[in-house]
Amino acid sequence: MALPARNLTPARPRSALLVLEDGRTFRGESFGAEGETFGEAVFSTGMSGYQETLTDPSYHRQVVVMTAPHVGNTGMNDEDVESSRIWVAGYVVRDPARVPSSWRSVRTLDDDLREQGVVGISGVDTRALTRHLRERGAMRVGISTTETDPQRLLERVLQSGEMSGANLSEAVSTQEAYVVPSVGEKRFTVAAVDLGIKSNTPRMMSERGIEVHVLPATASLEEVQAVAPDGLFFSNGPGDPAATTGQVELLRGALRAGIPYFGICFGNQLFGRALGFGTYKLKYGHRGINQPVMDRTTGKVEVTAHNHGFAVDAPLEGATSTEFGEATVSHVCLNDDVVEGLELRDADGNLRSFSVQYHPEAAAGPHDAAYLFDRFSALMEGKA
Amino acid sequence: MPKRTDIQSVLVIGSGPIIIGQACEFDYSGTQACRVLRQEGLRVILVNSNPATIMTDPEFADATYVEPITPDYVKKVIAKERPDALLATLGGQTALNCAMALDRAGVLEKYGVELIGASIEAIERGENRQQFKKIVEELGGESARSVICHSMDDLLAAADDLGYPMVVRPSFTMGGTGSGMAYDEADLRRIGGAGLAASPTTEVLLEESILGWKEYELEVMRDRMDNSVIVCSIENLDPMGVHTGDSITVAPALTLTDREYQKMRDLAIAIIRAVGVDTGGCNIQYAVNPADGRLIVIEMNPRVSRSSALASKATGFPIAKIAAKVAIGYTLDEIQNDITEETPASFEPTLDYVVVKVPRFAFEKFPEADPTLTTHMKSVGEAMAIGRNFTEALQKALRSLESTHAPFDWHKEFVELDKDALLAEVATPHDGRLKKVMDAIRAGATPEEVFEATRIDPWFLDQLALINEVAVQLIDATELTPDLLRLAKRHGFSDEQVGKIRGLSADVIRGVRHALGIRPVFKTVDTCAAEFAARTPYHYSSYDEETEVQPRAEGKEAVIILGSGPNRIGQGIEFDYSCVHASLALAEAGYETIMVNCNPETVSTDYDTSDRLYFEPLTLEDVLEIVHAEQLAGPVAGVVCQLGGQTPLGLAQGLADAGVPIVGTTPEAIHLAEERGAFGRVLADAGLPAPKHGTATSYPQAQRIAHEIGYPVLVRPSYVLGGRGMEIVYDDAALEAYLEKYVANGLINERQPVLVDRFLDDAVEIDVDGIFDGDELFLGGVMEHIEEAGIHSGDSSCALPPITLGREEIDRIRRSTEAIARGLGVRGLLNIQFALVSDVLYVLEANPRASRTVPFVSKATATPLAKAAARVMLGESIADLRAAGVLPAEGDGGHLADGAPIAVKEAVMPFDRFKTADGRTVDALLGPEMRSTGEVMGFDAFFGTAFAKAQAASYGSLPMSGRVFVSVANRDKRHMIFPVKQIADMGFEILATAGTAEVLRRNGVAATVVRKQSEGEGPDGEPTIVGRIRNREVDLVINTPHGATSGGSPRADGYDIRTAAVLTDIPCITTIQGLGAAVQGLEAMRRGDIGVRSLQDWAALSGRASTGGNA
Repeated sequence: MALPARNLTPARPRSALLVLEDGRTFRGESFGAEGETFGEAVFSTGMSGYQETLTDPSYHRQVVVMTAPHVGNTGMNDEDVESSRIWVAGYVVRDPARVPSSWRSVRTLDDDLREQGVVGISGVDTRALTRHLRERGAMRVGISTTETDPQRLLERVLQSGEMSGANLSEAVSTQEAYVVPSVGEKRFTVAAVDLGIKSNTPRMMSERGIEVHVLPATASLEEVQAVAPDGLFFSNGPGDPAATTGQVELLRGALRAGIPYFGICFGNQLFGRALGFGTYKLKYGHRGINQPVMDRTTGKVEVTAHNHGFAVDAPLEGATSTEFGEATVSHVCLNDDVVEGLELRDADGNLRSFSVQYHPEAAAGPHDAAYLFDRFSALMEGKA
Repeated sequence: MPKRTDIQSVLVIGSGPIIIGQACEFDYSGTQACRVLRQEGLRVILVNSNPATIMTDPEFADATYVEPITPDYVKKVIAKERPDALLATLGGQTALNCAMALDRAGVLEKYGVELIGASIEAIERGENRQQFKKIVEELGGESARSVICHSMDDLLAAADDLGYPMVVRPSFTMGGTGSGMAYDEADLRRIGGAGLAASPTTEVLLEESILGWKEYELEVMRDRMDNSVIVCSIENLDPMGVHTGDSITVAPALTLTDREYQKMRDLAIAIIRAVGVDTGGCNIQYAVNPADGRLIVIEMNPRVSRSSALASKATGFPIAKIAAKVAIGYTLDEIQNDITEETPASFEPTLDYVVVKVPRFAFEKFPEADPTLTTHMKSVGEAMAIGRNFTEALQKALRSLESTHAPFDWHKEFVELDKDALLAEVATPHDGRLKKVMDAIRAGATPEEVFEATRIDPWFLDQLALINEVAVQLIDATELTPDLLRLAKRHGFSDEQVGKIRGLSADVIRGVRHALGIRPVFKTVDTCAAEFAARTPYHYSSYDEETEVQPRAEGKEAVIILGSGPNRIGQGIEFDYSCVHASLALAEAGYETIMVNCNPETVSTDYDTSDRLYFEPLTLEDVLEIVHAEQLAGPVAGVVCQLGGQTPLGLAQGLADAGVPIVGTTPEAIHLAEERGAFGRVLADAGLPAPKHGTATSYPQAQRIAHEIGYPVLVRPSYVLGGRGMEIVYDDAALEAYLEKYVANGLINERQPVLVDRFLDDAVEIDVDGIFDGDELFLGGVMEHIEEAGIHSGDSSCALPPITLGREEIDRIRRSTEAIARGLGVRGLLNIQFALVSDVLYVLEANPRASRTVPFVSKATATPLAKAAARVMLGESIADLRAAGVLPAEGDGGHLADGAPIAVKEAVMPFDRFKTADGRTVDALLGPEMRSTGEVMGFDAFFGTAFAKAQAASYGSLPMSGRVFVSVANRDKRHMIFPVKQIADMGFEILATAGTAEVLRRNGVAATVVRKQSEGEGPDGEPTIVGRIRNREVDLVINTPHGATSGGSPRADGYDIRTAAVLTDIPCITTIQGLGAAVQGLEAMRRGDIGVRSLQDWAALSGRASTGGNA
């Protein structure tokens, strides 16, 4: 077996500085590209799947702190990317791999970060940083390999943009519509609005005989209807759902038109807003692949992948009447009772539309919730 | 879904004696289960023959049966207790096999007992390789290609198909017993033949070789709503070919992409569902081809396993506890995560640290055994370490092993290393391989070369290279800068390692480090990578930024208890028992208890046991840092060093020198007992005789002493436990060879001289455990050995109360014990060994610490000795403790009430696990060096029945009828006649070799002459005695060794007989004293039904409430 070339860290790695908006400072070593970056500091607790995480558009403008100490061990390959590029604004790890080891690895993590200009920092006490974010909440952060004075970096952190109120869908969305054909016989057509979609989502649909028309975030109801969809889908994505209006209106129009809807993550928040619920920012969000969620329709618990900083504010008990039907909370996170799923039923109790806050497409993460794609198929078939 | 309401009582089966492959992890799991079930208001009935367990403490069950775990005895317990349910998935393979046998015998059905956890069908599907393979295939998984064989012909035919090398695995054996790798036909005939014999179903599986593949394990938990979670992934650093128990393992898995990991996860959940383990834990093992990622399912355990204990400690997710809860009906989402106290158990722990487990071996105890590591587990213990990265965790784990040979070392001067020789050496897995890998890297081997030789994953190899690079920096640096020292500490280097490299002492490095303020911080194991706040202070050290040790509550004073480290022969679960008891007792007395240990198998490292847990190596450096951190957190009363065996005792002086208060017996008193000259003066002052003795550091000195005393002499190094290196030496040549060997390996030196004692032949050996408070002695118990002198006390069976000693002798023992305790200045426990010869009571040795027998004595006398001792160490008197009800109001273990039951302890030996390089089993002979791994207790009203139970619990029952083979040494012939005649009178057929048969015939005992092994088969193919034993034509073997030993080498004659008996599980008695005991046992069994009785009932009968729990 051929071994990858050793990419030893230089004897004297360049130092790097991390400053949070409340002034807490960490010093470490440069990792990935050199330079300076700003974003919202969030931590992710997944122990596997850093490649998927890095390429997940939902992390746009976020600086991700990995709680797992060793990152980069399996290198980077061409199959596990969830989009065309790395989206994180910055990357914080404790012990990056010097040598990747995997039969699928074709590049190192460090190479990819450098190539794509992603500034990172290594060798910091990521647990201390995580505890800080847990106690104080997600906040802005800056990483620099050029600045040595924390105070000066802090000033620039305070000038950087905040996540609340940010509308980022268009920045991450495809500009052109494209089609992911069904695998095998085509059973349904779905219009999937890309608000930051991950590659695995259309893949999971196509495996179920769905032809997926991925549309830009700016798609109108006419454009959706133009593909004659059996169902409408809104993907995950970055940003504050409260700052989004266009897609909410689109969704309300589709619901009025009786198009079955399925949403994931941001698509859940927008569904909530379409139904008249509010959304709010969580203190430090859910980012990991070990979150217990109960499907209240079956009483079963699934272990799920999460990546959300905002959540829907809906009553956990009882149904809410909306102009589209009865809305209920279908899924709840057992850790903290955050709303993790919504469903909409008509007067006869038939399922019309549903959405989840977490990631049934996984990548990275467990496959426990893959059944939701089947539920979507059944919904379109009229058998839900 | 809440708790089931149709179960009011549960029978829990433990795992019996500690053996290789099944150790105290099942005490940990069983203890958790019992605790949970009682908290849930169920009546808990427990069967476990191992008295050294916490679970058999009377307060952990409503009815505790220290009885053999055999279908016969467990049936009696069921008939008496009528439990609603049986939980057998927490007691290892022993419990599972027993439950299966009870089911087959119709016992469960007859008494309406429901098997909870896993059904019989699920157990069969999980354990039967053919069925399991089919399930895996149906789920779209892959198994290694394999063929099931039931005969030698099958084996040879299958070999043509699969090609060598291949794996041989007998079905339904424990810890991989009998498995191995066959490289050619000779191997196949040998391993396969033995495997057919070892398998209860005469079934052996041959498999394609996946040697060198990456190996993984997943721990799965499922509830009755079909919710499943993966508790932990474990990656083996040693690739396929080495038993997981013998591998260095790492958690979490570090070299898998999410895709591959999720594929394993999906399969694991599908398998547990298809196999039908309805509730509880199980583990599934995988192999991954490093070249293309082909994933193969190796096997599953449909029960809580050794890995479950490791996974529980590695993640903070208490698998056994949760398994018990889901077994009685709860679902995972209804169970709270104890550590966060706000999230449920229906999640998957995530780690922000790295855990490394390293095995500890005991090859030094079996010099003739082949040290190559195979699929057959050979390690006797393990240490686990936690670090913020792999290098830190690995180096901590290696120093946790407490073997001077384990940690990597780099001498300051460059030593020319032979790269090619090292690469050749590391190609075969063996104890200490990783250190050789490091040497190969240092010798310039490229990662490719090391990978080709070892198949260790390149990522791990690079981590080793990283450690080496840091060492090289330390070597090359002109000055030890703060940055460099910090870098070394971040990669796990100990002060000792750094000191060695820099030519300085560890003390100097520590001084420098402290002056620079380079100290570890303590992080928390919290199951969630800090996503939620942890309520449980379960800590590990790391050279990182932020510490998480919380200040102590106002008014609380802490006591730090040092545990006993990895299990090894001579220092095992018994010491953990004492540590746990001390923790419980001191918590009751109002202290904040802090446990330090690095053994993941134990109850002491359960985060529930003490107020705070530090999962750390037991070295002076690591312990001093903990003491420092805790002194910053609040007042510390002191450190308890006398309960964890030799490990903490060895740290006492260093801690005291650093100004740390030691509670209980002082380091000076410890020294008095250990140093022969000083101890001799203590004895002389008290007017107590000791065997003639002397100390020496060289052969001429030793020879002079031996000649003064007269051969045979007993020789041993000082400051060791478990009779390490102890031998009976009969002449100059053997003595010279002995000294050469032990001086060379460093066990004997100027600081640790060899002790030379007169060997007291024909002595009655007596063991005593007591507590001394400075004024009063509480004699815990007096144990009389059943075997002759010269057999290590840990290997000897013994009886309590002593069966042949009178009141006057016991009083003498009491006076002597008190005099020694006073002379040494003991505060707490002490253990003394005496030998009674011709009415003279000699003192053999005194240990001012908890002994191996403390749990046995505590259980036999219903007195919590370790708890009482812990409080004495912190200043209470025996009178106080009598008043407080911890100790009985009057009397002690020296004089038990009439009608008190007799407890017999029997040792369990690991001979069947060790093969010589040419494939033979090592000799099954007892000697002065301890080699047993565990013990059982037989408990009954009379010695005979208690002995019979002890035998049944350890080796399988004594026979009720059949053939008994007798062959004894000349010196034993006289003593053999009467007991053998009794056996013959009971209707047994006596087989004997010619000489023994003749003596028997002259005494009116008919004996059939059988051929000796040395005579070979007869002209008409008459088998030798060994052949007859192998054919299972013999039901009991009595064979005392002939001739003198030469040094420690086995007395060769009889070797084949004894090993044949061991391999066929036929009881084998090797001493005349044992024969006498066996006769009493046989008589008791034939007199009629032997009953069972719980400890609680015994305590009530003998008029003593079971004080175990009320302390």
